[in-house]
Amino acid sequence: MSVNYIPATFAVLRDTDRCIKCRACERQCSNEVHYYDADFDKMFVHEEQCVDCQRCVTICPTNALKITENPNSFRKASNYSQQLILENYRQAATGAVLLSSMGNPQDFPVYWDKMLINASQVTNPSIDPLREPMETKVFLGKKHTHITRNPDGTIDMSEQSPQLELKYPIMFSAMSYGSISYNAHESLARAATELGTFYNTGEGGLHQDFYQYKTNTIVQVASGRFGVSKDYLDAGAAIEIKMGQGAKPGIGGHLPGKKVSDDVSKTRMIPKGTDAISPAPHHDIYSIEDLRQLIFSLKEATDYKKPVIVKIAAVHNVAAIASGIARSGADILVIDGFRGGTGAAPTRIRDNVGIPIELALASVDQRLRDEQIRNEISIVAAGSIRSSSDAVKAFALGADALYIATPALLAIGCHLCRSCHGAKCNWGIATQRPDLVKRLNPDIAYKRLVNLVRAWDHEIKEMMGGMGINSLEALKGNRLMLRGIGLSDKELQILGIMHAGE
Amino acid sequence: MLQKEGAVRIPSGCAITGFISRDGRRITGADAIKSIAVMHDRSNGLGGGFAGYGIYPEYKELYAFHLFFNNNSAREETERFLNEHFDIVNLSRIPTRQVKSITNEPLIWRYFVNPLPTRLAASQLDETEFVTKCVININTTINGAYVFSSGKNMGVFKAVGFPEDVGKFYRLDDYAGYSWTAHGRYPTNTPGWWGGAHPFALLDYTIVHNGEISSYDANRRYIEMFGYKCTLLTDTEVITYIFDFLHRRRNLSLTEIADVIASPFWTTIDAKPTAERERLYYLRNTFASLLITGPFSIILGYSGGLMALNDRLKLRSMVTAEKDDMFFIASEECAIREICPDATGIRAPRGGEAVIAELNEEGRRKCL
Amino acid sequence: MKRVYVNENRCLGCHLCEYWCAFANSGEDSIVKAFKLNREAMPRINVEDSGEIHFAVQCRHCNDTPCVKACITGALSVDNDGLVSIDTERCVGCYTCVLTCPYGCIVIDEKNGGKTVTKCELCVKNAGNEPWCVKQCINGAIVFEDRTNAERQAVL
Repeated sequence: MSVNYIPATFAVLRDTDRCIKCRACERQCSNEVHYYDADFDKMFVHEEQCVDCQRCVTICPTNALKITENPNSFRKASNYSQQLILENYRQAATGAVLLSSMGNPQDFPVYWDKMLINASQVTNPSIDPLREPMETKVFLGKKHTHITRNPDGTIDMSEQSPQLELKYPIMFSAMSYGSISYNAHESLARAATELGTFYNTGEGGLHQDFYQYKTNTIVQVASGRFGVSKDYLDAGAAIEIKMGQGAKPGIGGHLPGKKVSDDVSKTRMIPKGTDAISPAPHHDIYSIEDLRQLIFSLKEATDYKKPVIVKIAAVHNVAAIASGIARSGADILVIDGFRGGTGAAPTRIRDNVGIPIELALASVDQRLRDEQIRNEISIVAAGSIRSSSDAVKAFALGADALYIATPALLAIGCHLCRSCHGAKCNWGIATQRPDLVKRLNPDIAYKRLVNLVRAWDHEIKEMMGGMGINSLEALKGNRLMLRGIGLSDKELQILGIMHAGE
Repeated sequence: MLQKEGAVRIPSGCAITGFISRDGRRITGADAIKSIAVMHDRSNGLGGGFAGYGIYPEYKELYAFHLFFNNNSAREETERFLNEHFDIVNLSRIPTRQVKSITNEPLIWRYFVNPLPTRLAASQLDETEFVTKCVININTTINGAYVFSSGKNMGVFKAVGFPEDVGKFYRLDDYAGYSWTAHGRYPTNTPGWWGGAHPFALLDYTIVHNGEISSYDANRRYIEMFGYKCTLLTDTEVITYIFDFLHRRRNLSLTEIADVIASPFWTTIDAKPTAERERLYYLRNTFASLLITGPFSIILGYSGGLMALNDRLKLRSMVTAEKDDMFFIASEECAIREICPDATGIRAPRGGEAVIAELNEEGRRKCL
Repeated sequence: MKRVYVNENRCLGCHLCEYWCAFANSGEDSIVKAFKLNREAMPRINVEDSGEIHFAVQCRHCNDTPCVKACITGALSVDNDGLVSIDTERCVGCYTCVLTCPYGCIVIDEKNGGKTVTKCELCVKNAGNEPWCVKQCINGAIVFEDRTNAERQAVL
């Protein structure tokens, strides 16, 4: 045993005047931070095990607990942050790749926060969504604009591509069963069903119990092909081919073996307890023409009745790639920005690979218009849409609909401690341990998800009304409704917007 | 520094009026001037214009191009372009009369042209598409030249000024047509350029519009995918292109176009019988980005008819009336009463309701 | 009548209901006071734990009320709604009810040296107004619902 270089990241502060020693914190901490000592008749902590998930703080009946950063600090240096020093210690101790979870926490520019939304004054009226109809329904899919007529002169509508109808323009992004729990999946499925929108199975297959929610399910086919079968494809309202994920462009998924429980192993069709590692590329897709073949294989397998979605991570060449995808038969394109979440990713990749969704979305939308193929494909933006105002800005940049995942997890209790890869989620979300999974009550959680989306929708409608827009179609790509603040000419040019004051 | 129209988007309030003789009787532009003049307070002297249909019966098979030139070199360059692509049958300055309030006039010319058959064949385009491309080409590439009217047997006349002065300036009492529309503009800043006045025209489609659409950039960025170039950044321009695209290029009927650009709300559509519901779903979804929101009242002029349309919430005033073979549309009833005191059937069309008045059989025989 | 039910699949074994129950019946205005002022706050609900299974238990206010039948002084009574309550003035601490209750839900009141018993009265007599175990359950495992006799039997 040598010296452990790594101090506790957090300090657990307990107000002993308030603590009644009910020991709920001890019982509920899967990291075994809190413990009771009978000799002292007092609660103590192993604070080095704390991940700041806030479970104990939240349930403490007397508000006796607070978690804060450990005030202990290494000598300050701008170049070598304490974080970097610790990471090197950790790697020196283990010889391993650093793992992280959830979205990129680094201090990169957030372009959502550098764009401002317009409102009507005098020359046209704003519209009050409480008094006038305000529409946020969306259809995703190809829109063929060539009109053919039947012999009687009516429009021939038989040649339409399959469409997804979304009552709310927000869907729940792919999170696999395995990375998140059964109860989390059930909550998402039930919420999507109640809302009339969609949730996404992620790459881990679909548990038999959730086939009943199929009309609101998007099934994902990723490079590992976990859980993919004919029944699975049939169970989706749409099929999503996952080429990449914003949090970890260029690599496949990684589900730690401790999350591969009995049920997860059955659903994924892999042995229990083994790491589920999906390959970095699809081994049947080494180029764009191969993607086309997979798209049409999936369409063939499902009778051309379902839209096929292709999801890519936002990378440097995203506009050209998107253009290729639009010409490859895909109905819907998902662009996932580099701040998107993950259940587990190598830290260096999560924090350094990819580009922001705002820039990727703007350049893809413009590129597809320049190439006159924007009709051929719907665009779903993902990867850190954090609020309804981010959503409005994304629509104005050109998104048809949005995927949210982190906000959905926040709605059901996630406190963004970024420890999903530890598989001991105290909130019952990113874990497969039955005693922890139980902590997420789907009867409560699905209602919170429904509330969240409805609340966002109300706010989107308020902002639309302020702009004098009463249907989301008229906001889509309406970049005149945005102005940049504190952005360079180049950034404005990529976003396709003017600066505030212009 | 103030920017020219097109470099900046200028919101405007407006007055519009229009009428048609369904029997095809030819009425002078004086009536249009009289009608728009009564709504003087709805414009502020920074733009006025007219469109007359059936005014060039002697040249009715030829495209009548009306152009503004900043100078003679722009004119010469344009004429070179026209000579390469068209047979110019007649050309002249458009006659004007001195009006004190109309100043800074550009060179205003008129050309009656026919596409050169060889050029047309080489382009592999149909004739209307060929003409459209040429018009867009002149407007976007020749500095100081602007085609503001390009249809057959019709013409647009517009300027910076109050509409009644503009009408006088262009001597519209000398023209007679079966239908007229007129526009008085109330822009919120000074455009100072004649091309920015309304009506906006492409081929024989003209639009006069009162409103400020909130969907503008969504509509613009969509329609530009189909080869249009919105150089003026005005609502009227983009609405004209939308009509041209849906009517001429996609063969939608005018009422179908109304179902696209002023579509009923989903709840209304859901309450319709199945076939109608499916049709409306199809149109609205297929052309989702052509839905126009925010206030507008427009009169579309085209060969043989007029169509009036309000936004789906009816956020701008517009009334219609009739008298014998005449059909009237205007922002305010007074504009109709001024030229037809005993007009009947005054009504305000509902939001999104397309009101169409066309030449009857006799009128078509006479005028088309 | 509405009664308290516990869903075993949702009960996490955090035991917080016990503390809130004790507080609600303590007469104090804060939970800290209830436990810190050296008064033995007594819960009338107890969470039974066995491995991964946790189950909060309190008086079922059952239909045949063996405790009421067994009470030798009439201290235990059942009202028209089926609520079983105790009049501590009459209780003599004979514990017959403790022996007869099939669920072990009659609690010996250690606060007064075991001279009387106490039990869940659905917070109707304290300042809680609604059952505090239900109000404070962090996972919606304890509910206060009106169920039919058949539904109740299924649970029992």
